[in-house]
Amino acid sequence: MNFFSPLTDGLRGLGRATLFLFTILAGIPEALLRPRLIFQQIYSVGVLSLIIIVVSGSFIGMVLALQGYRTLVNFGAASSLGVLVALSIVRELGPVITALLFAGRAGSALAAEIGLMKATDQLSGMEMMAVDPIKRVIAPRFIAGLIAMPLLASIFSMMAIGVAGGHAIGVELLGVDDGSYWSQINQAMHGADIRDMLIKATVFGLAISWIAVYQGYHAAPTSEGVSRATTSTVVVSSLAILALDFVLTAFMFH
Amino acid sequence: MTTAADSLVRVRSMKFGFGPKVIYDGIDLDIVRGKITAILGPSGTGKTTLLRLIGGQWKPDAGSIEFDGINVHQQSRKQLFELRKRMGLLFQTGALLTDLSVFENVAFPLREHTTFPESMIRDLVLMKLEAVGLRGAAKLYPSEISGGMNRRVALARAIALEPDMIMYDEPFTGQDPISMGVLIRLIQGLNRSLNLTSVIVTHDVEDVMKIADYVYVLSGGKVLDHGSPAEVQQSKSALVRQFLNGEADGPVSFHYKAARSYADDLMAGRE
Repeated sequence: MNFFSPLTDGLRGLGRATLFLFTILAGIPEALLRPRLIFQQIYSVGVLSLIIIVVSGSFIGMVLALQGYRTLVNFGAASSLGVLVALSIVRELGPVITALLFAGRAGSALAAEIGLMKATDQLSGMEMMAVDPIKRVIAPRFIAGLIAMPLLASIFSMMAIGVAGGHAIGVELLGVDDGSYWSQINQAMHGADIRDMLIKATVFGLAISWIAVYQGYHAAPTSEGVSRATTSTVVVSSLAILALDFVLTAFMFH
Repeated sequence: MTTAADSLVRVRSMKFGFGPKVIYDGIDLDIVRGKITAILGPSGTGKTTLLRLIGGQWKPDAGSIEFDGINVHQQSRKQLFELRKRMGLLFQTGALLTDLSVFENVAFPLREHTTFPESMIRDLVLMKLEAVGLRGAAKLYPSEISGGMNRRVALARAIALEPDMIMYDEPFTGQDPISMGVLIRLIQGLNRSLNLTSVIVTHDVEDVMKIADYVYVLSGGKVLDHGSPAEVQQSKSALVRQFLNGEADGPVSFHYKAARSYADDLMAGRE
């Protein structure tokens, strides 16, 4: 085996995926003319992911409040609990954990669905009916992922900071003052933080949708091929999310 | 030999292979307008490949394939899609969209390619479904109907845009005698009533011989014989006769070629 072959294989795969992305982008204008298809996909990747996002957001917020309170109370800074929870969620945990959950819940489903459509000749059949599967099947799913991710990340963050997460534990259970919980958040958090969160979430959404549709569309048309595509989607997406998060944070940090 | 005007599809000196494996080694083939042409051959001869080549999904390595005088593989993607609206391909599995109902599956090509009002689409779909005897199943989903019914829905979908030609990929595989009879009657009836040209790729010799007007027998990348069913049955080629009569041994051996002899293989385990 050639020593460099994993490297060249990887580069070749990246090249193919990039070309595939261009094909999808070229199909987007036509896909936008049929919003109904996009709404259907937003429902299946977005709305159907809501439960896992809401529940996870609440638990992450609660855990963060418990851990944060224990440390802050030693310094008599328990009233800053809101800031701790809000900034950790908005800057990091919100977009990153939402993206990891989205890759597991929606990305894997997307790859499996497209892979199975390929294995059962549905994509070929479409081509033979003179319908371009990229425009009809792939582009609407890709756009839906791009729209759903920032919305889901926002909902995750709201759940974690407010409704049932940090606020429930910090204020209701541990007795941090309600007014200082919110006013400190108000002072410490800026529009830029929310903007950066939305940028991160959109970039992650693009990466996951791209990886998922690529893996599904290029899956070997067998049961093993589909299973491999699903696994790769989750593994590659998760690594991509963490790597991209580092790069984006480094740029936003200055 | 047929003249150019008679044949809807003309394949000339066509070569095709997957890497080093040669599937077609320069074949000539004519699909005559308005007739049912059967393409027979043992499994693995690339019969399905031929349909995908005619449909322009794959490109031959050499030679040409013309559909109604137009070279399929010299078209832009847009032109190819226009050409494909004139040919239907019926996949072995039916290839119905599993997230759409039977009705929506048949309506799919109409919705994609026409701007007909909803009431017209409804009428057309019901007419196509009636033609295949499945108007009653319009609301069901592909997973709720049998494999034979799936193929009939796919057939209704294939005729929705009223193409010139329909290609059937192994339409009889895995069918019980009743649905087989239904399919045979349908293929023959539709060919006549819609003035279609039909191509049937199959290894079900007996059934297809009943309805085919012309037969090609392919094997090993070559056309072994062609002619009317009666002519082919009298073929001089031993291979064609072995295939048509379903004999286990003949030019095509029952045994897959092994690297060493049976005795050597058994002895090798004792070392």
